[in-house]
Amino acid sequence: MRRAIINLSLLAAAVAIFVVALLLGGQRGDFGGTDSSATGSIEAIDPGYRPWFQPLWQQPGGEVESGLFALQAALGAGVVGFALGSFRERRRARAAADADA
Amino acid sequence: MHIAEGFLPPLHAAAWTAAAVPFVAHGVREIKRTTATHPESKLLLGAVGAYSFVLSAIKLPSVTGSSSHPTGTGEGAILFRPPVMAALGSVVLLFQALLLAHGGLTTLGANIMSMAVAGPWAGYGVYRLLRFAPWSVAIFCAVAVADLATYVMTSTQLALAFPDPQGGFLASWERFLGLFALTQIPLAIVEGLVGVLLMNALRSWAGPELRGLGFGADRGEEPELGIPGTEVDGDEVEEARHA
Repeated sequence: MRRAIINLSLLAAAVAIFVVALLLGGQRGDFGGTDSSATGSIEAIDPGYRPWFQPLWQQPGGEVESGLFALQAALGAGVVGFALGSFRERRRARAAADADA
Repeated sequence: MHIAEGFLPPLHAAAWTAAAVPFVAHGVREIKRTTATHPESKLLLGAVGAYSFVLSAIKLPSVTGSSSHPTGTGEGAILFRPPVMAALGSVVLLFQALLLAHGGLTTLGANIMSMAVAGPWAGYGVYRLLRFAPWSVAIFCAVAVADLATYVMTSTQLALAFPDPQGGFLASWERFLGLFALTQIPLAIVEGLVGVLLMNALRSWAGPELRGLGFGADRGEEPELGIPGTEVDGDEVEEARHA
């Protein structure tokens, strides 16, 4: 029970920081990625610099890109969920076996 | 922290790649060794790799008005030691470089050095230093530092490659730190909180694997007798009986 409360408050704190960041940050910018701002800074420091290599494959359009990002998250979350579920069920099975013994 | 394709001068790109190769090779060997000596830890290894895969796909907003993504490498570094994360992190970065045009092949070495080497080692170092702190505090700090250190490393790499014409390395470093590290602070805190959550779940469900890997042994918790908090609750036994 105590563990559940701790876990819930951890989750609540993480969500709260997310919301605060969304509210405060919204007044300062449009949440552009830092990776692309970095390339902007490079161009500001060294206006003559030209990237000397291009990505081998560039997704055709933002929709395909966000789809691939979602796929990456889904694959990862699926494996994490499977592992946690397996661990939990194994432990329950052991607990039941111990209780019967 | 992904330095975009072609955005490091050839000499820098080559140097970072050369630096990353031994770390990745060592990491691959460590994975083989770990799975050979602890075959039961394979599922856990997959889980920490997948965890980094998820987190680096998510871009979170920050108070600075930009968004950036967490790294998810601290947890794996604590459980499996940092070399293993050098190999797992490289897989994540390669996937993003090839399929998402995020980062790149020429900058892969530099990105591996920040996300898969500097971050995990910094986090692991903090975890070991906080040996006498409550373990959840140690995990939180380690995970947050692993995230933040990644971006400090990226800023350093960019400042070395692009020193400011007037202020030199330091001025440029300050500029990139202001861009990356400031944005990253709230994200690192969020990642730390979620990291403690994940480790809470692993401690209650994956006790045998954690003990096998020696987790908690350096903190004076006798691994053979079980890690506090992983004992079976009475109500959970009841629940299992009825299931």
